[in-house]
Amino acid sequence: MSTTLLSAVLVFSQVCLAVALLLAVIRVLYGPRAQDRVLGLDSAYVCAMLLLVVAGMYHGTVYQFEAALVIGTLGFVATAAMGKFLMRGEVIE
Amino acid sequence: MNHLDQIHPLIALLIALFVLIGTVLTLLGTVGLLRLGSFYERLHAPTLGVSWGTAGILIGSVLMYSTLGSRPVIHELFLGIMMLVTAPVTLMVLGRAALHRDRAEGRPPAGSDAPGHPLKRGSER
Repeated sequence: MSTTLLSAVLVFSQVCLAVALLLAVIRVLYGPRAQDRVLGLDSAYVCAMLLLVVAGMYHGTVYQFEAALVIGTLGFVATAAMGKFLMRGEVIE
Repeated sequence: MNHLDQIHPLIALLIALFVLIGTVLTLLGTVGLLRLGSFYERLHAPTLGVSWGTAGILIGSVLMYSTLGSRPVIHELFLGIMMLVTAPVTLMVLGRAALHRDRAEGRPPAGSDAPGHPLKRGSER
């Protein structure tokens, strides 16, 4: 009973995170200015990372966790670099 | 689902609760990202997914792998701490970049267009 519930919750969670990823991508596509697109991309990175963690929980493997770690690190670096570019006009001064 | 059968029912309920909280908060954050009016309002929305969305899902993951492996598995905490440390940095860099761009283009500063109506949907700035 609780196993079925947990399995259903994990599937529902994957669907919800995919919808959240889609909404963030819509913001990236329709963002009126550049900072909206960067914010949508950062949010999409977070959603993809959580989606990988939940998929790893559903399949019972730990290998997706390293991919989630890499996505989290890349999301931080990408958003910081793009924010710096928007503010200064160049990334490395 | 072999590995899910080995979890105690009470722990399974707890994992389901935490994962559900994290997922719904992340979805609400992106809905806010899509629906809020100006950029400075939108800047607040994804922090839901970064803070409690990540925390809920990672607490569920820690509980699940600790139950399955019969020893505490805490390497998910590294991911959680990293998200909690890096998210304010990126959002502050982004907010300052947006403020700098608005000032450079001579647009009115944030929140100055509708002084008596904080909830009014302003036009795109």
